[in-house]
Parts: sequence; structure tokens; C-alpha cells
Amino acid sequence: MSTIEVAGLRRTFRVRRATVTAVDGIDFTVEAGEMVGYIGPNGAGKSTTIKMLTGILVPTSGRIRVAGLEPARRRTELARRIGVVFGNRSLLWWDLPLRQSFDLLRHLYRVPAPEHRRRLAELADVLELGPLFDRPVRQLSLGQRMRGELTAALLHAPELLFLDEPTVGLDIVSRARVREFLLRLNRERGVTVLLTTHDLADIERLCPRMLIIDHGRVLYDGGTAEIAARFGGTRTLVVDLAESRPPLQLTGASVVRTDGPRQWIRFRPADATAAQLVAAVSEQAPLVDLAIEEPDIEEVVRRIYTGELTEAG
Amino acid sequence: MADPLAALETYAHLAAASIRSRAQYRLSFALDFVGTFVSALTDFVAILVLFSHLPVLGGWTLPEVSLLYGVAGISFALTDMLVGHLDGFGELIRTGTFDVLLVRPHGSLFQVVASELAIRRLGKLSQAAAVLLYAVANAPVAWSAPKVALLLLTLGTGTAIYAGIWVAGAAIAFWTTEIREVANAFTYGGSYLASYPINLFGVWLRRFLAFVVPAAFVAYYPCVVILGKPDPVAGLPWLGLLAPVVALATLAAGRLVWQLGVRHYRSTGS
Repeated sequence: MSTIEVAGLRRTFRVRRATVTAVDGIDFTVEAGEMVGYIGPNGAGKSTTIKMLTGILVPTSGRIRVAGLEPARRRTELARRIGVVFGNRSLLWWDLPLRQSFDLLRHLYRVPAPEHRRRLAELADVLELGPLFDRPVRQLSLGQRMRGELTAALLHAPELLFLDEPTVGLDIVSRARVREFLLRLNRERGVTVLLTTHDLADIERLCPRMLIIDHGRVLYDGGTAEIAARFGGTRTLVVDLAESRPPLQLTGASVVRTDGPRQWIRFRPADATAAQLVAAVSEQAPLVDLAIEEPDIEEVVRRIYTGELTEAG
Repeated sequence: MADPLAALETYAHLAAASIRSRAQYRLSFALDFVGTFVSALTDFVAILVLFSHLPVLGGWTLPEVSLLYGVAGISFALTDMLVGHLDGFGELIRTGTFDVLLVRPHGSLFQVVASELAIRRLGKLSQAAAVLLYAVANAPVAWSAPKVALLLLTLGTGTAIYAGIWVAGAAIAFWTTEIREVANAFTYGGSYLASYPINLFGVWLRRFLAFVVPAAFVAYYPCVVILGKPDPVAGLPWLGLLAPVVALATLAAGRLVWQLGVRHYRSTGS
């Protein structure tokens, strides 16, 4: 039995007398221990799917089994076996010190005290929460709070973790810390993870497999490496030179666009590092400013539509 | 929620957390307490003024009316303490915070109810209790054990009736967010204005149901039984004995509307 089984899943909403189809016949399965990225542009149906998988929303039609249970019907039973983190909603008690939220969750999930203490100590250690325990949640930074949310979602030792945009709004350091933690959780505990994100980099670093959805349908279900090899692996270095120049000649990278003194240089991290390129650029011309762009999901989706990436089943 | 003791324990933890959350606003608590006490007192003074002109009202003396008032007042105050915060439930729906409750291993209604225990409403409760004590001391009733038990039971059934109605009224929010979206089709963006008449409708409906339909079973009919009075309204002076049935039915109805609402829940955006 797969941990997640979804077949012919649909969900429609009535909005302004019209029927909007948010999820339009999705099929996929996730095996225990997998880490799967579930991505798509805004409004693609990502969150609606997660909400149906966790029992928050009732599907319009189709079949779902999560840990062998039908989510909407056996919601409270399922709740003990899954953990859910929402990037934009809190599982914590806003006005209370962090410690008290964890204590309340212990009561809500009926975790025996010694077990709770052991898990909390472990999570607090890995996520470096110790100094934050006595602070009210409303005083935590976004990154600190997200570490608190992860702890809250894992205190009852769920076998399956749903993450809905867990890195949204986080700074680079917090983002890296959250990613590293999730990898460990999956490797050491075998926790199955389904992650929705807007950020392709999250998926590249965490999930060997990804599902891309758009307009409520699965557009791609397959290896992340495959997507990355064809597209995701590239970065773009945007440089502002002191003056307009013809495209720079660089080894391991090529200028894909110029606009006055600004040039876009696409490269693969395997062929050249950003630092090498910056050094090479500044040897040829005075460099005023620079930025690095990561490929975004809209671009990947666009390229799938235009046939640059093949659709997998 | 099979084990009522465990549920009660969980309730106690959640309710205590809500009280701790509010503990930082002590002044507001004190003002609230005094405010509700004073406003409740004015209600009762109005009745006193009425009786200073008419010694008997519709065949009821002042102590008898006080019994009615005390029973209804305590029931309402207890309901307000336990589920009064459901008035703000629409906000949980609107912001999607309700999602969080749905991924926890407890019923959503239980969690929403347990999310606050408004001890600041003790002002209203103590005022109603004082009126009831006056009534008990002065009403022409020979207080036997069964009558005392009936009085206490009536406070419980009255609270249950009000609570059932309150829950059903709050559950309307599951649908009104959708109604508001329909309204937005015509007003585009004026969501606050558009939602106003609908909220008003919810409040109006709840008041009608709360005060007209089962109010008879909150205080009137049980008091008729306790006082041993005739019933000029329906000619059924024993009707008050059905209050527990009405209470259970009202609670069941409130729960049913809630559950229908949860199945209808749309969550919001992202």
C-alpha cells in the first residue's frame, strides 16, 4: 500500500455563479519514505490538493487514501499520523511563550510526557530553539517561527509530513537550515514528505521526484534531476557594466541577452562558479552591479508547454 | 472524543491557555467585568421599576418574575462564557485559520469552543445569581430536594439550549463567506460593506431563534413547574419537564448544522 494514493481527484468551487475547477482529475501515488516536490504556478491547485489530502477540504470527486485512510471522513484519526506545516498559517499560540504551545500540543495529541520531553529536546537541539522557548510566538522572527512550526508539526512523530510553502518569506540562512533539517528527517526517520513550494531551489535540494501541476492537472511527474539537467541547473548572472558593450566572451557560460550596459549570462554551476564568472567579467569590463537569477517555476511550466521539456506520465 | 474525562482535561488545558493569553490585558478584564455587571443590573432595575407600579404582572409576582429572570440570566451568562466567542468565528473562516484546527486530532467544534473561556463575563453571571437567590428566598415555593434538583437541572438545560442555538448561528459563517463572494461580484472589493447585511442577518436570525422559539424552555416552562402555576399560553403546565429533551435536541441541531458547515468549508486562497 502506498502512503498516498490519489485517483481522478477533482475539486470545483462555485465563485460568482460560475464553477471554477481548482483540481481537475489528478492521479499519483507516493511511497513511504519518498520526498516529493509538488509544484506549480500560483493558483495551479497545489494548496487545494494538500487540503484534500489532509482532510481540510472535501473532494468534489475522485479517490484519496492517505496512510490507508480517506482523509475527509477519518480526519481526526489521520491527524495523529500526519504533520502539516503551512507557510502562511500558524500552528502555535500567538500570545503564549513557545514552550506553552508545545505543551498544549502534547495534550492535544496525548503524547506521554517522557516521550514528549525526549522528542522536544531532540527537535530543539537540531533546530536551535532553546533560547526561544520563553518568548511569546508573536515576538519571533519569521525564520524562528518556522522552526517552531516544524517542531509543532513533528512532536507527535508523524509518518508523513505535508509542507505548504514552508520557506516562503524566509531569509537565506533560515531557508538553508530548514532544508537541511528536512533532509535529515527524511534520511534518518524515513518520514515521507510532500512539499509544495513556489521555489524551484527548494525542490532541487530536497526532492528526487517532482510533480508539476498547472490548471489543476499533472503536467509532469518524474525525476527532479531530469528537469534540472534540461533547465533547472542553469543560473543567470545579470551584470551591469559601466557602459554598453558587445556580448562578453566567457568560458563555461554564454550571454543570452543584452540591454544597454546590462548583460544576462547563463551558466551551469557545474561548468563555472558565479565567483569565477564575476572575476572573468571584471577583467574584461568595469563592473557596476550584479545579481544572480534562479530559474522560476513559471518558466519551467512555460517550457513544458512549448515542448522544450517532455511530458512524463 | 470517546473518553469524556480526557476531553474535559484537554478542554481545561486549552481554556486555561486562552485565559493566560488574555492575562496580560488585566485592566480590560476588570472593566469588562464591571461593565457587564452594571449593564445587567440596569436590566433588573427596569423590572423593579415596573413592579413598583404594578404589584402583579400577568399573574406573576416580583419574586416569581425574579426566578424567571435569574434562570434565564444565569443560562445566558454561562452560555456567553462558554461559547460567546463563537461570535468571532467568521474571522477564523475568513482568514483560513480554521484549517489549523482541522489537522488536529479533535473535533473542530470542540476546539473552537475550547479556544476561549470568557471568565470576564462573570459579572453578568454574578448579577443573575444574586437575582436568583432573591427569588429562591422570596418565591412561594416549598423547596424540596426534587425542586432544588429541578432548578439546577433547568440551569443546565437552559445553557444547553442557548449554546445549541449559538453554535448553529455561528456555523452560518461557513456559508456566508461564499455569499459574500457572490456579493463581491457586484461590488468588487467592497468586501466589508458587502458582508455587513449578511452578518446582520446571522445575528438577527440567531436572536429570533434564541429568544423566541426555545426561550420558553429555557426558563418559562420549567419555572411554571417549579412554581406550580397554571399555563395560560398552551395550557400544558407540565411542559417544563420536557426541557432536557428540548436541550438535547437543540444541541444536536447545532452540532448537525456545524458538521454540514465543515463539509461545506472552502478554506481560503493559498
